[in-house]
Amino acid sequence: MSSELFYKPVTELSSLLEAKTVSSVELTQAVIARTKAVDTKVKAFNSFDEADALAQARASDERRAAGQARGPLDGIPVGIKDVIAVDGQPLTASSKMLANFVSPYDSTVTKKLKKAGAICWGRLNLDEFAMGSSTENSAFHTTCNPYDLERVPGGSSGGSAAAVAAGEAIVSLGSDTGGSIRQPAALCNVVGFKPTYGLVSRFGLIAFASSLDQIGPFSRSVEDAAITLGAIAGHDPLDSTSFKTEIPNYRDELKKRKGPWRLGIPKEYFGQGLDPEVAAAVEKAISYYEKMGCEVKNVSLPHTEYGVGVYYIIATAECSSNLARYDGIRYGHRSKDAKDIIDLYFKSRAEGFGQEVKRRIILGTYVLSSGYYDAYYLRAQKVRTLIRQDFLNAYKEVDAILTPTSPTPAFKKGEKAANPLAMYLSDVYTIGVNLAGLPGMSIPCGFSKSGLPIGLQLIGQPFQEAELLSIANAYEKAHDWATITPNL
Amino acid sequence: MKYEAVIGLEVHVQVKTHSKMFTRVAAGYGHDENTLTDPVVLALPGVLPVMNKAALDAIIKAGLMLGCEIAPVCKWDRKNYFYPDSPKNYQISQYDQPICLGGEVEIELPGSARNVMGEHKKIPLTRIHLEEDVGKLNHGAMESLVDYNRAGTPLMEIVSEPAMHTAEEAFAYLTSIRNTMIYGGISDCDMEKGQLRCDANISIRPVGETKLGTKVELKNLNSISFVRDGIAHEIARQIAVTESGGTIVQETRDYDGQTGASQSLRTKEMAHDYRYFPDPDLMPVKVDEAWKARIKAECPEMPFVKQRRFFDQYQVPYTITSVLVPDRELSDYFEEAAKLSGKSQAAGNWIVNDLLRDLGAAKLPLADSKIKPAHIAALVKLIDAGTILNTAAKEIFTEMFTTGDMPDAIADRRGLKATPTDAGELEQWCRDSIAANEKALAEFKGGKDSAINAFKGPIMKAAKGKANPKLVDETLRKLLASM
Repeated sequence: MSSELFYKPVTELSSLLEAKTVSSVELTQAVIARTKAVDTKVKAFNSFDEADALAQARASDERRAAGQARGPLDGIPVGIKDVIAVDGQPLTASSKMLANFVSPYDSTVTKKLKKAGAICWGRLNLDEFAMGSSTENSAFHTTCNPYDLERVPGGSSGGSAAAVAAGEAIVSLGSDTGGSIRQPAALCNVVGFKPTYGLVSRFGLIAFASSLDQIGPFSRSVEDAAITLGAIAGHDPLDSTSFKTEIPNYRDELKKRKGPWRLGIPKEYFGQGLDPEVAAAVEKAISYYEKMGCEVKNVSLPHTEYGVGVYYIIATAECSSNLARYDGIRYGHRSKDAKDIIDLYFKSRAEGFGQEVKRRIILGTYVLSSGYYDAYYLRAQKVRTLIRQDFLNAYKEVDAILTPTSPTPAFKKGEKAANPLAMYLSDVYTIGVNLAGLPGMSIPCGFSKSGLPIGLQLIGQPFQEAELLSIANAYEKAHDWATITPNL
Repeated sequence: MKYEAVIGLEVHVQVKTHSKMFTRVAAGYGHDENTLTDPVVLALPGVLPVMNKAALDAIIKAGLMLGCEIAPVCKWDRKNYFYPDSPKNYQISQYDQPICLGGEVEIELPGSARNVMGEHKKIPLTRIHLEEDVGKLNHGAMESLVDYNRAGTPLMEIVSEPAMHTAEEAFAYLTSIRNTMIYGGISDCDMEKGQLRCDANISIRPVGETKLGTKVELKNLNSISFVRDGIAHEIARQIAVTESGGTIVQETRDYDGQTGASQSLRTKEMAHDYRYFPDPDLMPVKVDEAWKARIKAECPEMPFVKQRRFFDQYQVPYTITSVLVPDRELSDYFEEAAKLSGKSQAAGNWIVNDLLRDLGAAKLPLADSKIKPAHIAALVKLIDAGTILNTAAKEIFTEMFTTGDMPDAIADRRGLKATPTDAGELEQWCRDSIAANEKALAEFKGGKDSAINAFKGPIMKAAKGKANPKLVDETLRKLLASM
């Protein structure tokens, strides 16, 4: 583990802050300096507001001086994906459409982070409107994988993953619709956690596919993920799909839950298209669990093969409607040479949206059209129920399911950009979790021969976040992949 | 050939709630442009809708009042279309699982004369669902401005079966819906403020034919008289087209109340594909028995039910009930006065003839009337007891209206009470009057009861108008019987 401040985990930093060995201002300055030093290479950020971050840090130090510190996140810089609203900060979704938009309100998660004393730090790059797996669909720039700058960091939350991997944020928030937290976490050697649908409020998250979107944390340790998740989880009256459930102290739960667990290995996730180095690393991780006394058994998720198809019907249908509001009327990009209202819609949207966003809007509009709805959308919803049922059946026998997160390590920029279908398949292992509404996470489990990170995906039962984190924690405690930081 | 029109109405009613359908910002009318907005109303990136419970209560109430089945589970759908008055470019509505199913609206058609009750009919409903209203466009010469104050206001859509056949029926239907909504406190239904809006589906067919003809949707029937005139005009237009050998095209037409004409907005081929799908941001709504029972307890008596009860309980005529019943507040006022006075007909007459006339002239609402039901009851009792005469009562009423004093006090103050007369003196006046009018005496004895009135004038004159008419009548009859 690097000794620099910006590479320390929340658990350690919070002790340093508590002991007043470091101040939040010092920590924040360290993160700002690191960002300035490496982000010209990594390009994780769309923008950051140094003065605002330091003002938040000073407020944290004052609280602490007054004996009113608020817990482990007080004074910790948390990077925010640029699709989550922060009051007074830009909110671009990495789209030309919102290039000049500033949010006049806070999302529920950033409100909660601020309440916990955290410093909302920067606007992290993503694939435009969270549609993509590489950040190559960002209208501004592609983020680079800190472990190989020629390669992508994954997506859509590529900026959030890369920032944590490169020490430009201590932890960060991303959003996951089909793997957008877990896949970049795997590709960037960090922990990425996608909660059960309904655990974390979506209020203030720019909607891509409302029934699949969840906000979750990136971190360099499982315990940091537990701390950050605990700060943002919980029922929100502003989100009708948020669930009323008790939020345990996840960090305390890690100490209580020691296993052994019953772990399921779905054969459908280890077939064609899986890179052999990824397969080997994941199998090694599985054998570790076996050695520690876990019962590892084969399970079947027979509808897995329909996942990508179902996903691209439901997600595109919802996005075609969710993105209709970007019309150039009230805010956002407005074409300068429109002749009438229809022309204004056409030109503003043609100019404001990128290729992939347009492709998905058109696809979604098509599947919802009169005469096609039953054949596509309705049928996809039925298959979605079957996919969820597959998981619930498996959970009759196991506590969690282990799979690779991504079929391959980070790929080269441009490698898949011209082939949307190949790009879509990089989410093949992560999509089912969103369709089934389950919690899922990716933790580092090794490196390829060429030094690219590999992630292990752990899939849990609904609202059993504490159990899932504990299982991940058990592996992490015995491995030190996270200490291997990139050379920047 | 004789034609029959078939008419179905889609009536939009704005629900009177404090806040909007899916967010906390206030709903209202007449505020400065774009002041009733928040991030949800403006559909800023990232916002989510949250249901307004009061709006759900209101539509359940409307449904229960109109005899609908309240669906145990209903859901929200998105109706997708682009228009600048719609901030999300989709409207949250209910497509295939509305909250209220079936039901019916009782209507009254015009009678043969104003004072004759017309035929009553029941128009079946298809459904009632809840949705959100859109904003308003204000068109200038070079630009159009959008005001989102109205956007997101809870809006009910009441859909009838194609079961009406004349413009009069449609008019009566809308009137009845309006009365019901006002009764339930669900909406003020002020058409000028857009709180009640109506679209009509109209087709014609030869009398005797059971198959429906091609329908035309008529939009913007935005006053109650436009509804009658617009539909009558459309029926006439369709008959004229058919009779001149043309065919009716399925289309949407815009009615212009000023010119009385309509023009085509779009044909079937240009119809929108709304791409309805369940709104993933909202959960389905479950309405259980307890919820229904709570709302049921808040439902007022329906207007026509009240009218029939007034006939039975108070023996008031149609001319009175037809004025009282459409106004819930006035009906309650009447009932109180009728109960306090024990003379419902007289109370009804004073309210409908005198009180409403004076309130109308003074442009006062009933709530601001200084004359309360107790005043009416006291007045009616004084007249009935013979303490005051009708002419004096009118005077007293006028003063009550301005001062709010009780009639007894006014009568005393102004010396308007019938003088308590000496029985002997009164009997003498009666004898004198009978003696002076042999013709009337003969008629009375011949069986003409009303001939008794001829004796009363001279008696009143002798008493300077202050004799108790009841006592006069009694004394006369006693004397006449002995003659």
